[in-house]
Order: sequence, then structure tokens, then C-alpha cells
Amino acid sequence: MIWSEVETYSREKIEQIQLERLKETVKRVYEKVLPYRKKMDDAGVKPEDIKSLKDLSKLPFVTKQDLRDNYPFGLFAVPKEELVRIHASSGTTGKPTVVGYTQGDLDTWTECVSRIACMGGATKNDVSQICFGYGMFTGALGLHYGLENIGSTIVPSSTGNSEKQIMYMKDFETTLLVATPSYALRLAEIARSIGVDPTKDLKVKIALVGSELLTEAMREEIHKCWGEDVLVTSNYGMSELMGPGVSGECEYLDGMHINEDFFIPEIINSETGEVLPAGEQGELVITCIKKEGLPLIRYRTKDITRLIYEPCKCGRTFVRMENLSGRSDDMLKIRGVNVFPSQIEEVILSFNELGPHYEIVVEREGYLDKLTVKVELNVETDSFKELENIANSVKSKLRIVLGLDAKVTLVSPNTLQRFEGKAKRVKDLRSK
Amino acid sequence: MTCKQLSVFIENRKGTLSKVLNVLSKSGVSILSMSLADTTEYGLLRLIVNDPDTGKKELSNAGYSSLVSNVLVVKIPHVAGSLQELLEKVEKEDINIEYMYGLSIENDDAYVVFKPSDAEKTSELFEKDGIVTLTPEDLLKMKL
Repeated sequence: MIWSEVETYSREKIEQIQLERLKETVKRVYEKVLPYRKKMDDAGVKPEDIKSLKDLSKLPFVTKQDLRDNYPFGLFAVPKEELVRIHASSGTTGKPTVVGYTQGDLDTWTECVSRIACMGGATKNDVSQICFGYGMFTGALGLHYGLENIGSTIVPSSTGNSEKQIMYMKDFETTLLVATPSYALRLAEIARSIGVDPTKDLKVKIALVGSELLTEAMREEIHKCWGEDVLVTSNYGMSELMGPGVSGECEYLDGMHINEDFFIPEIINSETGEVLPAGEQGELVITCIKKEGLPLIRYRTKDITRLIYEPCKCGRTFVRMENLSGRSDDMLKIRGVNVFPSQIEEVILSFNELGPHYEIVVEREGYLDKLTVKVELNVETDSFKELENIANSVKSKLRIVLGLDAKVTLVSPNTLQRFEGKAKRVKDLRSK
Repeated sequence: MTCKQLSVFIENRKGTLSKVLNVLSKSGVSILSMSLADTTEYGLLRLIVNDPDTGKKELSNAGYSSLVSNVLVVKIPHVAGSLQELLEKVEKEDINIEYMYGLSIENDDAYVVFKPSDAEKTSELFEKDGIVTLTPEDLLKMKL
């Protein structure tokens, strides 16, 4: 079901809305957000220079560093009294990034997530179990309000206490699961360990996964654990922009529709900052055009994707962004070669002999970088030959995909760390 | 006659072996013989135990990768050259020995655990030649 008529507007009409809202946002930000006003002045651009959508490229970028430099409220466009909610990123390095919402922002957010939930197949009849951590993280409350708005029944079970999660799923007949891809796998693992087969004993038919990138191999793995008939869609967002709800996949699973009446996407070359032509892969930059509290202009997401303007079979006209191929800051440079953890994941998941959990360790030995991939053994064997064959096949496939030699370490099942929120599978031990 | 052997995949680091043994001892599985072969990163612990199926079940529950497979426990006279004689018989039939280890030594006889490429064929061969292979029941009666 298509939630809003806007999602099917003609390109012309969408661009008209975008331009109108962009002009208004730039003007407001220039007046009210001093650090951005300074950036614009330094770049020699005034709000009245924005006459067409093309003029967007004249505006300076905003980065996560700008948010940190202006911690906590420096980039906000409204006085604190008008905020009704504050969220923050985890801030693993230094200060967290703080975001604030007016009532209007929360309404926009709810609208955006309602659309994404419908794209993923949700209806008012669903029992939606939200297995994202509730708290300062935007994921849980974002999905919560959207799914509640479309009338589904919310089970706000959060993360942790995984056995109880399975009990809720069974007893409340949960039909829709919200989780990170890795936690979805973990929950299935726990269900099995207590004698519950998710494909037979549970009623989950929809999985809305997000907050980590979803590779096709991971999607297949989720199908294996939860059932082939489960509709697994990914959705995208980040707290700086709003939270989840920026974009989401429809049932055709061919890219995530961006809520273009609220966000304008661009793809840039992340080294030069130059805007790339439609269809090329690069860093996604998003401009918020209907935000009140924190209207970021040309925010560099560091996510690598491509925009697809061709019409989608679902009938929505909103541009699609390809499922992420990585984040520019997740990218590892190993012996001069660019490596995305998602490439390694694809290789691992292609082996039935291995479990879906893994750990990537990068170290420096002498002057050389050393890449080790730890994987869990998923076969029962009494043969060294077989064990060596598995390790060697993984190694040679990694060499083909990455162009690098990696050491492959087989470990016992259930020994690598499991994650409930965003998985942290890369350990880079090289001194920076 | 073949007997069941329990093999466990273990990582080559401190404490893993004792954790595996702890699982077995808690479930009352007693070890009659063992062999531990290792590489730099992992090893295979092969065990002849009184109750391989319980061992396997408990190890799986504890998250270890283990396997029950068929091996031969062969009785040979405890004199020089008897093992070699046995191997020659096997080689003549083009059977490969993947690995073997000792089980116990009595006054006159010794027992070795054999993992041939074809357990059934080897078992038949031994039977024909009057070589004694132990049954699972024999194993249970062994006083070590």
C-alpha cells in the first residue's frame, strides 16, 4: 500500500515542491544558524542565489565535525524552548552528536516512517515488535511512532533479554520484526536454542531491518533463519537527518525510495566534493528541506550509494538509492587496497560451512598490513583435510573479491561476539 | 565390528581443552582413550568414550562442533612387529589409514584405534583373518 499520494507525484511536481522548500530552508538557516551563515558568507553565496535546484551545489557542505564543533545546540534553527525532543548518537569517539525536534519535526518523522513501513508491507493488522534499543538512539522511537501511526500494534521490547523477546513473539503472535540485520540473526539463533523454530513456531512475515547495511547475502541469511516467505526490506536514515525514515525499500527490493519532499539527495565524489551525474556511485549528500529544529544543508552522510531515477514497478516516483555498498569511513585501506567490510561479509555468507557471524582484524606486522578474518565453523567434521579446504576456499574467494591475501581463522560455533545494536565487527589495531 | 568415536573441533588456545573436558565430565561421559592432533590454530580431539551420543549432544548444547564417526578398535599381540603385520594386510587391500592411536596395553595384548578410509571393508577383512576388533559392549567392559 502507498501511504501518501505525494509518493507518486510527477518529477516536475516533486521538483517544484523541492525548490520551494529549499529556498525557504536556506533563507531561514542563513538568518538563524550563525555557523552556517558564516560558511555561506565564506563561500560567497546568498540565499537569493538559490534560484533552481541546480544552485544547491553552490552551498557549502555540513559534516559530522560541524555538529561536534557546535555541540550541543549550535546548529539548531529554533530556540531551545521550541524543541520537544532531543536524541543523540552514541558518540563512540568524543562528544555525541545531538539532534533536536520541534513538534512539527516529530510529525514529519512520523509521516516519513509511516510511508517506509508501508513500503515494507506493514499494515494496521500487524503486531510490530521493535527490537531496537530505546533511548537516545533514534531507531526505536522513529519506527515506533511510524508503525503506531499506521495502526499496527507495537510491542516495544527493545534489545536484550532475548529469550523473553522470543516468548513475546510467540505469545503475542508478532508478525513484524524491527531489528538490525545482525540482531535478527541473533534472535533466530536464540529461538532455536530454546526449541522454537522461527519458520514454524513464530508468525513473523515482515522484517524491517536498518541501522546497518543489508547486503543481499545477509538478506538471504535472514530468509534462511526466519523463512523464505518473510518480506525483508531495509530502510535508511541517520539521526543527523531525522532518524530512520529517510528512505526505504518497497516490495520490489530494488533500492530504497527517498522521501524527496523532505530530503534532496545528491551524489558527490567524496574526495573532490564535485557533484556526480545521475546514476554514478559516490557519497550520498542530503539536504533537509522541511526540518525546523536542525535543518542540515548538504550533509555529508559518508554512505556510498547510487541514485536510480528510473520508475519503479511499485508506482512510486520517488528516486531510489541503491542499498549501501559501504561507508566511506568504514572503508579500510589495507596494503593500499580499499576494502569494505561488506565485501568480506558477502564472501563469508556464500559458504554454507560457515556461520553468519564474523570478525575482521587488521594489524600491522613490520611494515605490512595483515588482514585476518575469523569465522565460525558450521559443519561437523573429523578431517583436517576438510577444515583446510574450507579455510583455503574462503581465502581464495577473498583474494578474488578483495585482491588481497587474508588469513582465515576457523573458530568454534557461538564464540564470536554477538551484537544487539549496530554490529562492530572490525578491529583495526594499526596505530593511526 | 566398528565402534563410535567422538571428535571435537577445538581452538588452539589456553583453556579450550579443559572446557570441553568439563562438559564431558559433567554429563558423566568417561574417556577410554584420546588423541589430540593440532595445527597452529585449531585441533581435533578424538575420543573413545563410554557414551559417545550423550557426549555429542552435550557438546552441541555447549556450542562445540563435534562429530560421531565409526572407527575400529583392534586387538593385536603385544610383540614387536605385530602392528606392522596388521598394516601390511590393510595396505594390500588398498585401504588408507587416516590416523590411528593407542587405546591400552595389557600383559599380552595391545589395542589400537584405527580410522581407515573404509571402516566396513577393513572390519570384514579383519574378521576373515581372525583379527579381533572390539564391540561397543567390549569397550564398556574394559577396566582401565
